[in-house]
Amino acid sequence: MASAMVNVTASVLDWVSLAFDAPTKAVVFGVPIDGHLVVEVLLVVVILFQLTRKSYKPPKKPLTEKEIDELCDEWVPEPLTPQITEDMTDEAPTLESAAGPHAIVNGKEVLNFASANYLGLIGNEKITDSCVGALEKYGVGSCGPRGFYGTIDVHLDCEQKIAKFLGTPDSILYSYGISTIFSVIPAFCKKGDIIVADEGVHWAVQNGLYLSRSTVAYFKHNDMKSLENKLEEVTRRSKHPEKIRRYIVVESIYQNSGQIAPLDEIVRLKEKYRFRIILDESHSFGVLGNSGRGLAEQCGVPIEKIDIITAGMGNALATDGGFCTGSVRVVDHQRLSSAGYVFSASLPPYLASAAIAAVDHLEENPSILANLRANIATLFNELSDVPGLVVASHLLSPLVFLKLKKSTGSDKADMHLLQSIAKRVLEEDSVLIVATKRSSLDKCPLPIGLRFFVSASHSESDLLKAATSLKRVAALVLS
Amino acid sequence: MNRHLTQLKIRRSGLGDVKHRSYLLPRELGGERRGSGRGRGRGRREKFSLALGEEKGERRGRGLGFTRQDGEGEGDQGYAPICLGLEDFYVRRLYLRIQDCFGRPIASSPDAWFDVVERYSNDYNKTLHRTEKTTRCLNLGSYNYLGFAAADEYCTPRVIQSLKEYSPSTCSVRVDGGTTKLHVELEELVARFVGKEAAILFGMGYVTNSALIPCLIGKGGLIISDSLNHNSIVNGARGSGATVRVFQHNTPSHLEEVLREQIAEGQPRTHRPWKKIIVIVEGIYSMEGELCKLPEIIAVCKKYKAYTYLDEAHSIGAVGQSGRGVCELLGVDPADVDIMMGTFTKSFGSCGGYIAASKEIIQYLKYSCPAHLYATSMSPPAVQQVISAIKVILGEDGSSRGAQKLARIRENSNFFRSELHKMGFEVLGDNDSPVMPIMLYNPAKIPAFSRECLRKNVAVVTVAFPATPLLLARARICISASHTREDLIKALEVISKVGDLIGVKYFPAEPPKHLIQSHNKLE
Repeated sequence: MASAMVNVTASVLDWVSLAFDAPTKAVVFGVPIDGHLVVEVLLVVVILFQLTRKSYKPPKKPLTEKEIDELCDEWVPEPLTPQITEDMTDEAPTLESAAGPHAIVNGKEVLNFASANYLGLIGNEKITDSCVGALEKYGVGSCGPRGFYGTIDVHLDCEQKIAKFLGTPDSILYSYGISTIFSVIPAFCKKGDIIVADEGVHWAVQNGLYLSRSTVAYFKHNDMKSLENKLEEVTRRSKHPEKIRRYIVVESIYQNSGQIAPLDEIVRLKEKYRFRIILDESHSFGVLGNSGRGLAEQCGVPIEKIDIITAGMGNALATDGGFCTGSVRVVDHQRLSSAGYVFSASLPPYLASAAIAAVDHLEENPSILANLRANIATLFNELSDVPGLVVASHLLSPLVFLKLKKSTGSDKADMHLLQSIAKRVLEEDSVLIVATKRSSLDKCPLPIGLRFFVSASHSESDLLKAATSLKRVAALVLS
Repeated sequence: MNRHLTQLKIRRSGLGDVKHRSYLLPRELGGERRGSGRGRGRGRREKFSLALGEEKGERRGRGLGFTRQDGEGEGDQGYAPICLGLEDFYVRRLYLRIQDCFGRPIASSPDAWFDVVERYSNDYNKTLHRTEKTTRCLNLGSYNYLGFAAADEYCTPRVIQSLKEYSPSTCSVRVDGGTTKLHVELEELVARFVGKEAAILFGMGYVTNSALIPCLIGKGGLIISDSLNHNSIVNGARGSGATVRVFQHNTPSHLEEVLREQIAEGQPRTHRPWKKIIVIVEGIYSMEGELCKLPEIIAVCKKYKAYTYLDEAHSIGAVGQSGRGVCELLGVDPADVDIMMGTFTKSFGSCGGYIAASKEIIQYLKYSCPAHLYATSMSPPAVQQVISAIKVILGEDGSSRGAQKLARIRENSNFFRSELHKMGFEVLGDNDSPVMPIMLYNPAKIPAFSRECLRKNVAVVTVAFPATPLLLARARICISASHTREDLIKALEVISKVGDLIGVKYFPAEPPKHLIQSHNKLE
């Protein structure tokens, strides 16, 4: 058997060598066809043939209708919302009067520290009169988006007024406070852009950053060293930093902690690393600065250096809506590409006229700012020795933020503690304060706490009363 | 309405080798007056842009400058342009030339007749300037379905009362100090009106959708939405992190196919089963005027255990026997729809939005929805306006004005639509829907239609890219209950004349009756 194989192999090899050494039988195009050429061509043909064969794959069997039916029957969805637990059933206090410094809750008069009515404009006669005039002339709603007959002349007047007040070329009005920032950010930042943001920004900013699909890097809350490191890192990592748009997103007064951003430092860093600033001034417009023009005036920074300023008007100006201001090109770009402006109905005209009246009032009476500052200073001093709580906000911030000295370790337990303090303060001493509530979608890592919104129309006795009552209840609950 | 004045003589200095053409629309050019005055003295470019009428505080000011640079200002080296030139091609070349057809300011309430402010332009619509003059025009564009836009005899005194009592804003979020008695009353009233157990209010319709969908569904869930859904729904779906699939507009059979395929396949790449599936549709689609095929879609969703979310922005208050929306019109039980959303801007003449669903869902939303926890609460006078409007519609104010309004809007819409059909226009939308788009198709006909109608004192809305596809431009008419029969007849005459002039009567018109009779006599 083996010898037969050897013989067969030997004869095959003989044949091959014969074919190889065969003399030239023909000449084609000047190339002599030797025997080895024929063998090589045959080999090449065989190789090519094998290469073009498809590799074996197991045949694909798509699901039959019956199998799909079974899968659909078996599938069980989760319930739309999770089970309602005890802490989800807390009801908010219901006001029965305007949200001024003294409000009526459940029939009792309370001291209201839960409304961001910083300049005390709620209940102002002039503003109410201008609103009544606007209501009679224009009705309540504007019944259309800005592009389709929803632009009323009061909107244009309001935009010009705000731009003139701040000293910028132009401004644009939005119909709701939080939709301002989450429409502005995606209008200017797209995929591939770089954003460096503070980790303590509130939900609307986080949502805007997420919708913009840019690369976002967070720096430690209000820490300029961390910001500089992040800017350095981000600039080093990107290949062509001059070709991509880069932004720093900060708030002037942070809602989640009451800290104030050091704008002069940020502007210095921005100019060094060539970034642009997007500043959200919701809580500082009409509050900071000698004449209420915001953080830029407070820090002595020329307004042109800040590229985009947004603010909600639901705080100091006691109306609703928001605006964004900057250079002419910044504002014009938003008129066609900002989602919350183009696809939404415009601000009701009476709110726009309230905004105009509020800015007028602020220009004519700059002394309210002095009152506000005195009130903030008083409350800050009074609250500096509350047992178990420490003041975490800046001493100029009208949003006084108190956090627990020693956290219990879990957010839920902290929340429970703070809410019981707030409830007792309301029931026993008729002072309305609030504990910050966090949504499940909010990714802010800062601790929760109690908030006091100081208004220029609070009197000194109001502030003292609130401070004493908080100290008493905190001593009881947190000891 | 534009007066095209002769183009200003433009100084060639400062232009370099750029070919200057008057219609070059410079998003990436000039307008940056902030670049000047940095202690270096005004350069030629800044003087140039200033020469083109950019006084401080003007609403729109744009100058002309170099195409090479982005016009940021001379000190801004190392910054990428804030608005990329390429993104703006459509805007520069097409949109800005017909800019006067959009964004027309008005100087009165958006009622059946209103005052449109005249504007003029010195540079072929690059910048538009307001004047003091106004023209009284017939309003066919505002969302004023039941006529509550103007001051109303029942609503306005109550609104003013609530303004004096509660002031224009509460300055605080709902959970802090922003819930007033009015808010609680309105939530109960809305739930009763729509037919669900409970409701929650928000201050703006757009935010309602975009802040709510992320609350209900997250990563691991599936959202199936109609291909022509509104931008707020698209943004909400994107912001939630769930996978999004689209089904063909108003086609329940395709929805069924997509559902079967997705449930069988599971999540992308891991093939785990989906956590939950939500199907999002709208009641009336605002660009098509069509009603949604709700009964079939609900049947499909029930079969495959998907949740349904119905956006009734345009249909609540405007359709249905008693104004309760598409559910009433199409005979669908509100309990079958899991979540019903609507806005108050269109039929109730106010602002804001609501969600109506079962008690547990609303309780959960009050606990975790960011728009409820972080956004200023709805303005109290606006809340009062909605309360009064709903009371009028339900007849609880003691008169039958509500029923009259509903009957009138239905009559008006059907009359207008049938007349337009008879004239030969191509009108989309179903019967009973107060929104009727007239197809123009050719984008060049948009400015013609709009300007001619305005010259004859009829204000219409024309819609171009990107709200609709580029070659499917249309003029959209919104009928209101405050239009009288004479108003509609005048509007029809004007539209017919303009239609003949620009050639949009794409279908053969029905001959008038007396001709048919004489034709029959001859035979």
